[in-house]
Amino acid sequence: MGKKRKAPGINATSSADIAFMLLLFFLLTSSMDTDRGLARRLPQPVPKDQEKEDTDIKKRNLMVVLINSSNQILANGAPIELRNMKEMVKEFIENATNDASKPEKIEVDVPFFGAMQVTKNHVISLQNDRGTEYQAYIDVQNELAAAYKELRDVVSNRKFGKAFMDLEPEQQEAVQMIYPQHVSEAEPKNYGDK
Amino acid sequence: MGKFNKTGGREMPELNTSSLPDLVFAFLFFIMMVTTMREVTLKVVFRAPQATELQKLEKKSLVTFIYVGEPMQEFQAQMGTSTRLQLNDQFAEVSEIQDYIAQEKSSMKEEDAPYMTVSIKADRQTTMGIITDVKQALREAYALKISYSAQPRIN
Repeated sequence: MGKKRKAPGINATSSADIAFMLLLFFLLTSSMDTDRGLARRLPQPVPKDQEKEDTDIKKRNLMVVLINSSNQILANGAPIELRNMKEMVKEFIENATNDASKPEKIEVDVPFFGAMQVTKNHVISLQNDRGTEYQAYIDVQNELAAAYKELRDVVSNRKFGKAFMDLEPEQQEAVQMIYPQHVSEAEPKNYGDK
Repeated sequence: MGKFNKTGGREMPELNTSSLPDLVFAFLFFIMMVTTMREVTLKVVFRAPQATELQKLEKKSLVTFIYVGEPMQEFQAQMGTSTRLQLNDQFAEVSEIQDYIAQEKSSMKEEDAPYMTVSIKADRQTTMGIITDVKQALREAYALKISYSAQPRIN
């Protein structure tokens, strides 16, 4: 008695193995991929009892993009290749030459920029067939997004010397006022299913 | 010159591995932080379409997923090979979307509900018909923020 007995040290060599097991379990059951996608906003639902009111859009402000069931694109009545799409959309939104057939320019007071001529009322109406392939639809959506992004980047670079993504939130808002995104995803029309 | 005798009996000192568990645990916690648990088991095959102008979905807790694609091989006997929806862990019809969204909304905090985003994860070869139906259903359910899930395109 009196003499303390020393507790034997616990063998901890296997705790590394246990930790590895846990690690493997989490690696297998979890997914690392952050979800990416094209963010869009759907329009408000139309109440069922209400007659569908046709918002009056001047013809020059409207660009109809139609994708048919064989994934061909028709923009304002003329067939167009996907790779030419972006330039055409950019020209339409920007209307640099103040063309009478392109969207009208309206003077808007934008913070940071002052009074600007903006094609405020332009609408790109994206219509598709029920038989359109999803990838084709995403391709067109992607081109539209790219067109807006490039236009905004040009303005941002000229004014702030930065790309649109790197701007402060207030600056982004101002740039968005110059190039507001008006893509309408119209209700589908069935032009013959595949 | 007896300095270089090989029988000196010097041994390689043993590597101290007592901190190895700590290292592994640190790594484990890192993995647990940056990943999310796969909540649903996929029952449909889908390969996301490709695009370049992608935005990240910010808050995972605000995102609801709708999967669209062909049933996996083992379910094809029951469900056929036509494109189906998957909500949570089961196959569903378009008409069930409204209830599903309402249920998801009610499980969120009230102040978060307007920021709910629905991510449509559809196979690249789906036809737009079913996607449009889904979109209409989402509009009716007032889930207006959507995201078309896609992969970055590698050129």
